[in-house]
Amino acid sequence: MSDSDKKKPNRRDFILTATTAAGAVGVGAAVWPLVDQMNPDASVKALASTEVDVSSVQPGQSITVIWRGKPVFIKRRTQDEIDSARAVDLSELKHPEKDEDRAKDPEWLVMLGVCTHLGCVPLTDKGDYNAWFCPCHGSHYDTSGRIRKGPAPTNMEVPKYEFVNSNTIKIG
Amino acid sequence: MSDHEYTPKSKVGKWFNDRLPLLTLANHLTDYPTPKNLNYWWTFGGILTFCLITQIITGIILGMHYVAHADLAFQSVEHIMRDVNYGWLIRYVHANGASMFFLAVYIHIFRSLYYGSYKSPREVIWIIGMLIYFLMMATAFMGYVLPWGQMSFWGATVITNLFSAIPLVGDSITTWLWGGYSVDNPTLTRFFSLHYLFPFLILGLVVLHIWALHVPGNNNPIGIDIKKPSKDTVPFHPYIVIKDLFALLIFLIIFAFFVFFSPNILGHADNYIEANPLVTPAHIVPEWYLLPFYAILRSVPDKLLGVIAMFAAIFVLVILPWLDTSKVRSTVFRPIYKQFYWFLVADVLILGYVGAMPAEGLYLLIARVATAYYFAHFLIILPFLGMKEKTTPLPLSITEPVLGGSADMAMAKNNSDYKEKL
Repeated sequence: MSDSDKKKPNRRDFILTATTAAGAVGVGAAVWPLVDQMNPDASVKALASTEVDVSSVQPGQSITVIWRGKPVFIKRRTQDEIDSARAVDLSELKHPEKDEDRAKDPEWLVMLGVCTHLGCVPLTDKGDYNAWFCPCHGSHYDTSGRIRKGPAPTNMEVPKYEFVNSNTIKIG
Repeated sequence: MSDHEYTPKSKVGKWFNDRLPLLTLANHLTDYPTPKNLNYWWTFGGILTFCLITQIITGIILGMHYVAHADLAFQSVEHIMRDVNYGWLIRYVHANGASMFFLAVYIHIFRSLYYGSYKSPREVIWIIGMLIYFLMMATAFMGYVLPWGQMSFWGATVITNLFSAIPLVGDSITTWLWGGYSVDNPTLTRFFSLHYLFPFLILGLVVLHIWALHVPGNNNPIGIDIKKPSKDTVPFHPYIVIKDLFALLIFLIIFAFFVFFSPNILGHADNYIEANPLVTPAHIVPEWYLLPFYAILRSVPDKLLGVIAMFAAIFVLVILPWLDTSKVRSTVFRPIYKQFYWFLVADVLILGYVGAMPAEGLYLLIARVATAYYFAHFLIILPFLGMKEKTTPLPLSITEPVLGGSADMAMAKNNSDYKEKL
């Protein structure tokens, strides 16, 4: 290239750049609704919380309820299960979380019944820790729902929940 | 490409052709010079075109009776099976047609691997082919979700959850794909929409695939460049057309066997149970044609790396023309590669087998070894083998081994070796 080719930007270049930039913003604004329509809609979001009556759940028993289309495990743990969950040394865990932080009331464990690997529903009272076992790809969870063995990267998620009264849990 | 200019005979034809040269295109496709040594492995392009058209026609018909709604989908499929006139036939052709489509595409791909059809100057044909293959997998996956049985639902859950492995934005992407917080009605309706769209995208890519093929012309079993048209070629019509039709008939016998005698053997009984988001079937497996990739996914103990390995298994195929450094196309002249080729075939079959088995114990070990070998084949063996391998001499033309390079019998080389063998 000769020196004459390297001319300074002139008004025409400025207009071209400005027009292209404005055009790109316009196209982006037009495309966004086409993309965002696939996100959860108002009717899906409206089902954001669920109240569950747990008065009939016996110690050692687990119930499954649906919240946002996903299963939620509500397990009333026995003293043995609580003890074994609390006795674990955090350094053994792939995703270290204290049982105290996962179950505010030690008797009640509330968590999404969704394997954090690829979303299957783990089976209750199964696996190496006699707690939860995912049949799809072999993840083993302990009595606190923490991943101990297998491909799942994290512990089963604890959703936001609260005790409305001693017999009712509100999830979400 | 035909060298001569084509002029339609009739006046109307000439008038039309001057305005839209469709007749020139038809003439090109008819006269298209094809290597005369093409074997039956070359008939799968035509078979695949047939499969695509069959899937589109049966699919459009099923779409007239199917209801894409989480509460109604399962019932509407049973309605098709029991009430709609010939509904059972059309659905079984469509469901088994997907398997037949993949059977043919795997033969087509392995044909290409054996005879080096992906090598220069045919890289673009190969890459378009891989795009078609990828779209086929996406289409088949979404189609399998539509009946809304247990395998549909949990297959969809597992596959869409693959995207949650992406760091930072994974969960947002998964929620976006679902249109909710789990696989549900919004997921079903968008899958139906896209399942209807993708075959037409595939059709467009098939046109590009064939267009790209017609620039250099067909590869052939000995993989050498040939002059077109010449004594080494025959016109596409009638020679290849009739051969393709014969192969298609044989293929249709196998197709009909599945449709009429064992229409559910390639499916899963669990998919006749309506989707239940609270119960995961004890043993989730994808359709057979996805099993090798599923085995690769499961063989890696880390979620993100497993997903990366699975997509990489497809991506190594895309860049294959640059991984195989050998200039010799056909395996016929590559004695060492020939062995590795069959190792790869066995490796993929083993991956498919362990993909269908539970991911534990010996199966998991075999899956890991087979996964490692799969990548080693493409990333280590092929690049080095191309540089080291001593290939056997290539003939100068298709006819040379018989006629000494001339199609004229009188000119046939008085090859003493050749005569001695006789």
